[in-house]
Amino acid sequence: MGLFDNALGIHERALAVRNRRVEMLSQNIANADTPNYKARDLDFKKLIAGVEGVTMRTTQDKHIQTASLGNDTDGTLFRTPFNSATDGNTVEMAVEQAQFGKATADYQATLMFLENRISGIRKALRGD
Amino acid sequence: MIDNIFGVAGTALHAQLTRMNLTASNLANQNTTAPTEDGAFKAKRSVFKALMQQSDTHAGAQYVGGVRVANIVDLQNPNPRVYEPGSPNADKDGYVYMSNVNEVTEMVEMMAAARAYQNNVEVVNTAKALMMKTLEVTKA
Repeated sequence: MGLFDNALGIHERALAVRNRRVEMLSQNIANADTPNYKARDLDFKKLIAGVEGVTMRTTQDKHIQTASLGNDTDGTLFRTPFNSATDGNTVEMAVEQAQFGKATADYQATLMFLENRISGIRKALRGD
Repeated sequence: MIDNIFGVAGTALHAQLTRMNLTASNLANQNTTAPTEDGAFKAKRSVFKALMQQSDTHAGAQYVGGVRVANIVDLQNPNPRVYEPGSPNADKDGYVYMSNVNEVTEMVEMMAAARAYQNNVEVVNTAKALMMKTLEVTKA
């Protein structure tokens, strides 16, 4: 181990986040007709910061070392609807469809970065 | 993980299909008559519920974030009373009670269900395409 730990960079973790976003949007689309369902979305910036991890700084060796604080948020936020529905549902299909399209494109972009990394590593290993 | 997307969309397809079935049943029973208002056909509507945590799920719908049909309710608008003395269902004054199905609302309901169904089919297709692309990373 060691050599390839960081070979794929942030993209490996980014792919998992992208996947979660597609999943969350699919949940919104599934619940488009559920009374009182509140549409949710992921804050990518917050999530990726959480993945990186944040620890408290210690200025003395007597200070207690804290575990990573980064994952206290799962980055889930509720969507603010343009128009409120009488059944309390905040899924707006047009918004969800647009976001779903974007999330899919994001997923494929991350996938492309991964592919490039892998083909780069492969080229380096082959050495030709 | 991607398995859950298929699951969630699957629960929605099932729920929307139930809704469509109810519309079909409502339209089929539109012209039924009965001698009493209680006995007359009432239009049925499904009420959906989100599966927000593990305790909401059951064997038929086990994906958190999905949806299920919580219950099916009768529409409460009154059944029209029509004078039809020749009908075998007529009461002693010659009136029958029709179903309270409104075909226009049912058509709208059917279209809404069909559109929602199509949305979820699209989710499945997209998730499948992404899955295939992810598998191809190994070939890069």
